[in-house]
Amino acid sequence: MKQNGVFHLIILFLSGLVLLFILAPITGLFFSSSVPQLLETTKDKEVQGSISLTLSTAFFATFFFGLMIVPLAYLLARKDFPGKKVVMGIMDLPVVIPHTAAGIAILGFISRDSTVGKFAGYLGLELIGNPIGISLAMAFVSVPFLLNAARDGFSAVPIRLEKAALNLGASPARVFFTISLPLAWRSILSGAIMMFARGMSEFGAVVIIAYHPMVAPIMIYDRLGAFGLKYAQPVAVIFILVSLVFFVLLRVVAARKTE
Amino acid sequence: MLELKNISLNFKEFSLREISFSVEQGEYFVLLGKSGAGKSLILEIIAGMLKPGSGKVFLSGKDITEERIQKREVAIVFQDYAVFPHLSVKENICYPLRAKNVNKHEQDKRAKELAERLGIGHLLNRRTTTLSGGELQRVALARALATDPKCILLDEPLSSLDVQLQHDLRTMLRKLNKDGLTIIHVTHNYEEAVSLASRVGIIDSGTLEQTGTLKEVFHSPKSLYIANLTGIKNFYNAEITGKGKAILEQKKEIHLPAAEKGKTGFALFRAEDVVISCEALVSSFTNNFKGKILHISPSITGVEVLLDAGIRLTALITEQSVEKLELKEGKEVYVNFKASAVRFIDTAV
Repeated sequence: MKQNGVFHLIILFLSGLVLLFILAPITGLFFSSSVPQLLETTKDKEVQGSISLTLSTAFFATFFFGLMIVPLAYLLARKDFPGKKVVMGIMDLPVVIPHTAAGIAILGFISRDSTVGKFAGYLGLELIGNPIGISLAMAFVSVPFLLNAARDGFSAVPIRLEKAALNLGASPARVFFTISLPLAWRSILSGAIMMFARGMSEFGAVVIIAYHPMVAPIMIYDRLGAFGLKYAQPVAVIFILVSLVFFVLLRVVAARKTE
Repeated sequence: MLELKNISLNFKEFSLREISFSVEQGEYFVLLGKSGAGKSLILEIIAGMLKPGSGKVFLSGKDITEERIQKREVAIVFQDYAVFPHLSVKENICYPLRAKNVNKHEQDKRAKELAERLGIGHLLNRRTTTLSGGELQRVALARALATDPKCILLDEPLSSLDVQLQHDLRTMLRKLNKDGLTIIHVTHNYEEAVSLASRVGIIDSGTLEQTGTLKEVFHSPKSLYIANLTGIKNFYNAEITGKGKAILEQKKEIHLPAAEKGKTGFALFRAEDVVISCEALVSSFTNNFKGKILHISPSITGVEVLLDAGIRLTALITEQSVEKLELKEGKEVYVNFKASAVRFIDTAV
């Protein structure tokens, strides 16, 4: 009994340390800026522009890639094919490679000299230093979050239900849209929010594709370098608050899913 | 109407071998076999969810082996119902109608009609996640019927229901069959076969061992497996004539556990429950008849003695008993069995 008590104390102590490790810097950051400072920063057009750029590029990355990722997730959940494990490994690669390296890889892929870059050039688009390039960099590093969540969501839909729907005369497309997708949508939504949040907070890959226009993580870094900690802190606080909204949203969706 | 010809399908650890049988229009065909015998695979092949390795499936004379699953005109009701959890009862029933682009008014009318017919009219707007097993089963049936199938396939439809619900659903299935619906029903429970089937098929380890009417299969099992599975040699049409009494094959009155007067069905008892004696016994056996031995034949489980006691019945005894009682063909003996050994299975609609 006594041994048990000591064991629990050690567990509590270690858990507390980890919690503190996450909470202390964030709480410290919130107390570092005064309310007037925060209000002033909120009114800063550059900050506003940067946050809106971050949200829109992350949204487009999630939306457009989502249109391709969800079918891929369905394929991976439902079909067995040669090389399936290799495909799954490839899709998880962005999680393990350093994000600056990912940025370099994307840069090579979409630069003016590349095929993609040349093609975009014909259409009058410059991907480097452009919101489209930023979206591509964000998507590259955040794809696995949506893919894995959606795949798990589809896997959890009983195949029986799909077979029953086919037997009831539905086409495969109808089965997908009326059975599989509605039953997996919470997983897909929580994956999409994760992808969006991950894309929004990306620095390493984005900074290589576009220092300007500045997304919020780069602006925080830029203010720190150019003006010092005091100027970077309010921007960081505002950006964290915006991120928190999505974090709460994710938790709500996840909680409903468990219900 | 439906015919399977030499259907084979090989998996790593299991194979269906040369399955052939046919089911006539309006027939109630029960495929009886233990779990893992391949019963559900046969249904999935008929429904087009699995492609057979070889063999053909015909429906109304047309080869449907390669036909798309949606075009087969056979509806399947799964053991776990597979009712769509995110749709209401009505939306479930309307699902096949929507797939056929039936107009909204017609959908509503048809859903209401089917729900009323299956006794779930009051549940139409309920979410399916709040329904009981029996209700889900009816929703799945109504949804299957909404496709206007030529034939309906039922995979262990009664196995997860309690006794009362089983009884209700059996009555409903008999009624649907009587109304002309062709039904193929797979089960591991011989009582279901007895209470519902017009014909049965017995399947073991991927092989169809025997098909025929209940009497053919129960009286003359073609293999030990079938004999063990059914275990019933004494199997008769029966009508309850009074309290604890029934007349078998309109010939012989026997005692059995109480059942409602006027009910018709089958009475059955095991051969090992029949006791042979040379003298009339004073005992708790309420069924005592004088009879004549027609035939004595050894079987794997003992010696089967076929007797004529107004009805033909079989007793299963040991070789020692045959010697001790000096039994031989033509000898007159007494046959005795307890009323409680007789099982009555009601088949009325």
